[in-house]
Amino acid sequence: MKIIIGGAVEPGTTRVNKTGGWRNFRPLYHQDKCIKCGLCSLLCPDCSIEELEDKYVVFDFDFCKGCGICANECPSDAIEMVLEEK
Amino acid sequence: MKNKMSVVEGSYTVAHAVKVCRPNVISAYPITPQTHIVEDLSQFMADGEIPNCESINVESEFSAISALVGASAAGARTYSSTTSQGLELMHEVLFNVSGMRLPVIMTVANRAVSAPINIWNDQQDSISQRDTGWIQLYAEDTQEAGDMTAQAYKVAEEREVKLPAMVCMDGFILSHVYEPVILLEQDLTDEYLPKYEPEHFLDTKNPMTFGAFADPTTYTEFRYLQQKAMDNALEKIEKAADDFNKIFGRYYGGLIDTYKTEDAEIIIMAMGSIIGTIKDVIDKARSEGVKIGLVKIRSFRPFPVEAIRKAVAEATVVVTLDKNISLGLNEGALLTEVKSSLYNTDINIPVMGFMLGHGGRDIPRRTIMMIIDKAKDTMRSGITVESEYADLRGDLV
Ligand code: SF4
Ligand code: SF4
Repeated sequence: MKIIIGGAVEPGTTRVNKTGGWRNFRPLYHQDKCIKCGLCSLLCPDCSIEELEDKYVVFDFDFCKGCGICANECPSDAIEMVLEEK
Repeated sequence: MKNKMSVVEGSYTVAHAVKVCRPNVISAYPITPQTHIVEDLSQFMADGEIPNCESINVESEFSAISALVGASAAGARTYSSTTSQGLELMHEVLFNVSGMRLPVIMTVANRAVSAPINIWNDQQDSISQRDTGWIQLYAEDTQEAGDMTAQAYKVAEEREVKLPAMVCMDGFILSHVYEPVILLEQDLTDEYLPKYEPEHFLDTKNPMTFGAFADPTTYTEFRYLQQKAMDNALEKIEKAADDFNKIFGRYYGGLIDTYKTEDAEIIIMAMGSIIGTIKDVIDKARSEGVKIGLVKIRSFRPFPVEAIRKAVAEATVVVTLDKNISLGLNEGALLTEVKSSLYNTDINIPVMGFMLGHGGRDIPRRTIMMIIDKAKDTMRSGITVESEYADLRGDLV
């Protein structure tokens, strides 16, 4: 990210600013339990859950903050929050 | 006709100055305490006198300044006006404006802050916004307030500056007074202030991020650049005043102005409308043989450290006057800044601070004369007063 003049910068700064670093818990995905409802990916406030073509999901740990909303909302307990170990 | 005088209210002088600066977006919230500036601008708008301009009515000062963040980022020349509580409500957004380096211009008609409720003049409101990264200029009279508005646009929009600026004028004393002034001529203003053409602005064809997220690896550099912009503004403020003089033939100083300081032993420093009274008192004291002069602070941010050092280098005692107080330090901001400007230099002279005129308390000549007497005492027997209220009513406390 190059600061051009004062406050303005080139767009796309979030690609550089990987804000997943402050996560304390990480979602652990149990694919065998997933019923492919898509709720987690819809509700993740950080758009860190991508729905694949086969409707299973993957997590983007560059940006996931570990808020646990996905685990809380998942109707089939396919997401478990586990302590992040760094 | 050039140099035609009109007798108008201070608020009108400023509103007119804003009009001829050709703003594109005006947003303000005229809650009391306010001035007639926004009223007059609304009238100009209604009469179709400000072409290519939008006036946005909002529901609070917070929104007024927020609306200008968007407008200025989109490349508009913007304006707002506020005072006391309204300015304090803007506080959070003021940092955003300066951090995004948006050259928003805002008139602050200086007034006391509550509680206790008081709508009269002092400078606590803008002084309390000292560290928000805005340029702060203080006008001595209504003519200067109008002229300073054009100068503020000129400085703020400079590529090397790109900072917002507050033009501070004493509430009531300047905002509501009728004085003969020369209203800024449109053709001369056009010559002085070119069209605002920012290098970067919000544009779908050439996307740009304003107010990006900056984590610990980059935040320091953003702040560093803001300070550099303030440093750059020092020279630009002087230049804007000189250029203004060339075109309009009026000059009130650049960063500071001096009055009878050449051989002065006592130098008074102050800002705002009190300057006129001080000059009167100085003339009288001079006639009685007191070697006394005045340094008027026009730019409080950036603070003109070098100019002040130069101005007081030969003096024996410096006296600062403050219409504000930093509670817990028992000092007005000007005293603190002047002392810190002289520290670590060869200039080793006493600096005395007096607070006065708070909440609109009148500042008669005798108050200034009493202060001069105390400065004379200091010259004779070492510092007598470090910082105190010059006009405290002992009978109430
Ligand atoms: S824990 Fe929060 S941030 Fe991370 S994937 Fe789940 S919903 Fe998104
Ligand atoms: S909410 Fe649960 S079940 Fe639904 S897609 Fe996400 S992980 Fe699968």
